[in-house]
Amino acid sequence: MTERPAAGLRSRLPSRLTLIRVTAVLAAITGINYLVWRWLDSINWSAAWIALPLVLAETYSLIDTFFFGATMWRLRERGEPPPPAPDATVDVFITTYNEPVDLVMDTARAAHRIRFPHLTWVLDDGDRAEMRAAAEAAGIGYLTRSADWADRPRHAKAGNLNNALFATQGEFLLILDADQVPLPAILDRTLGYFTDPRVAIVQTPQYFVNVEDHDPLGCQSPLFYGPIQQGKDGWNAAFFCGSNAVLRRDALMQLGVVGYVKAVQTAVGDALRAAGSVVAKARTQARTYGPGAVMALDGVGNAVRQARAELRSGVPVALITQDFQERVDLASRGMVASDLEALKADLAELAELESLPLEADHDVGAMVVDEAALDRLADREWSPLGALEEVRALVRAVDVDLDSEAQPIMPVATISVTEDMTTAMRLHALGWRSVYHHEILAHGLAPESLATMLGQRLRWAQGTIQVFFKENPLTKPGLSLGQRTMYFATMWSYLCGFAAVVYIACPVLWVLFDVRPVQGVSGGFMVRLIPYLLCTQAMFLAVGYGIKTWRGQQYSLALFPLWIRACVTVVGNVYFGRKLGFVVTPKVREERREFPWRLIWPQLVAIGALATAAVVAILRLVFGWTAEPGAILINLVWMVYDLVVLSVIIEAARYQGPPTEEKTA
Amino acid sequence: MIELDTGFGDDAAVIRPQGRLTMVTAPQLRSLVLHAVEEQRVRVVVDLSQTEFMDSSGLGALIAGLKATRQAGGDLRIACMGPQVATIIQLANLDRVLRPYDSVAEALQ
Repeated sequence: MTERPAAGLRSRLPSRLTLIRVTAVLAAITGINYLVWRWLDSINWSAAWIALPLVLAETYSLIDTFFFGATMWRLRERGEPPPPAPDATVDVFITTYNEPVDLVMDTARAAHRIRFPHLTWVLDDGDRAEMRAAAEAAGIGYLTRSADWADRPRHAKAGNLNNALFATQGEFLLILDADQVPLPAILDRTLGYFTDPRVAIVQTPQYFVNVEDHDPLGCQSPLFYGPIQQGKDGWNAAFFCGSNAVLRRDALMQLGVVGYVKAVQTAVGDALRAAGSVVAKARTQARTYGPGAVMALDGVGNAVRQARAELRSGVPVALITQDFQERVDLASRGMVASDLEALKADLAELAELESLPLEADHDVGAMVVDEAALDRLADREWSPLGALEEVRALVRAVDVDLDSEAQPIMPVATISVTEDMTTAMRLHALGWRSVYHHEILAHGLAPESLATMLGQRLRWAQGTIQVFFKENPLTKPGLSLGQRTMYFATMWSYLCGFAAVVYIACPVLWVLFDVRPVQGVSGGFMVRLIPYLLCTQAMFLAVGYGIKTWRGQQYSLALFPLWIRACVTVVGNVYFGRKLGFVVTPKVREERREFPWRLIWPQLVAIGALATAAVVAILRLVFGWTAEPGAILINLVWMVYDLVVLSVIIEAARYQGPPTEEKTA
Repeated sequence: MIELDTGFGDDAAVIRPQGRLTMVTAPQLRSLVLHAVEEQRVRVVVDLSQTEFMDSSGLGALIAGLKATRQAGGDLRIACMGPQVATIIQLANLDRVLRPYDSVAEALQ
């Protein structure tokens, strides 16, 4: 069970890599040959409403194949790791929120037994007394959020890790989810990579022990924790996956400092922009309040312009904000006492005013400038004094101390619900290297029900797509072309839900209603399609030989409603500020449940439609109700394939978890 | 080894990290700043003339100190940095936030 995949594979690498490259090139050539014909010669324009989606879906899939080939092109099997530096200092972090104390302690005790010298810490975001007692009784460190975090954005797991970073001081950090029980050798096998001073991350596989061989929920990801990570590793783009990974503290801290500087500059810039609008608005009314008010506002207006110019030219922010506050103070002193008297009412109103146009984004907890509130602020009627107070408060809120955040430095990225991917990408952008070490060094627990599994997948998908919108790898400075491709490839793969709908709908429409998206099915179609399919499958075989990849293939189609939901919710979140609506993955088994119709009704509808159309197709073939039996036959084969793939969802829905084997503490 | 010098007035403190300011000594710097702030010494100058090496954790401690002093109505300034420290501060763009001063006296003004 604990055999290491690392050895063994290495010797046959050259021939395997050659085979992968040859099949990848062939798949690309035959794919282009097919798609060019499809675009130029086969679209049935009279049914463009379905013909175009189909050819677009096929183009999407071909690009996905290109990305897969590119990932595998430099597949890197690292074999034996170098030995660790004997004096390396390590903190082991076990992150928990609400998992049972026994489960966390199993992991903590195993972590305590790790052979290489280290300190073990339980990072309890739930701040539970019984968790603290259990950890302390076992002589294991216990950390919970410091007082600074009260009433500030908590940033979930990223915040938990960031908090712990400032309470510990090891050179390296091993990060483990509460249910990932490490083997004693985990540090001996990973620390050695850090003898290269450019390495920031060493990721090892996530492997689950509570999953049966046929893995109905598709929890093991042997293709990802294998060829895909090894392929990304070849491009120095191995992903950090949140657990079972060792990080270099100095790299994380550098990330935190660089991020801090950027956050301060952005926040101060935004606040000054808002201050400018407030002053401009108040200036239009100022005359009624007397010449003192006009002068004061003009003074502040000048201060805003000067500060913005200084910010652009790179003057240290600490100086800018300090000078700015002083100038605002000076300007307000210019207002005479009589003006002040007249403005008391305004002040009272100000106190009731909705708060600053900066607010915590509820899903990621990050501070964002709320554009709508900003506009409202600029649109209000402002008395001069009210405006001055508002300007002061605005700039104060975003001063260099980033008062709205618990810690000014957030080394682990907080912009997305998948903190791991963003953190790795930012490290890559700063020039750090990552390593994927292909050896199972921790045994974890996978979700045991369809509902939990779906929640987890949705969160991953949302997080990945969110990163695309917030820090697009295609344009992020500092990344190499290979790294851009690797990050974008993963994001691209999450668009597959839209293609799946088209692939399911087309044969059904054809067989039931004779809607033909493709012309010339009997002619050029098969001659071009068959080689393409064969070469693609040959590439998958060369990559995945000896690995169970079928479940993964099934789920990428079968979870199509989930992928679509992820895309839609993220767009809603990023552009319209809607909630993402994800759930924290529970690590304990839920009670037995009914067949979850509600969770998978889109798949059931698809299965019903496909099955009906398949029966009709058979009838049409048997009774000769068609002029094109060849086309009907192709559609039938296509639908049977879809049905076989989709059937996994029914198996998963009926699944009640692995045979019970009560976990004891 | 980090030295705390309080001979510059009631509201000021000068902190002198000696040798290496790294993940090992950074927590000490942070707690010294907090200690100074608790004693109402909110104008803190970190004198880096004897700091031979600083890593990102050292920078992190400076930022944490900046936050603590600013929130107490004061300021944290850095003075007299050597070439290695200057390089790491520039690499992290921290010179866009903190202005380096040439002498402790200048930083205290």
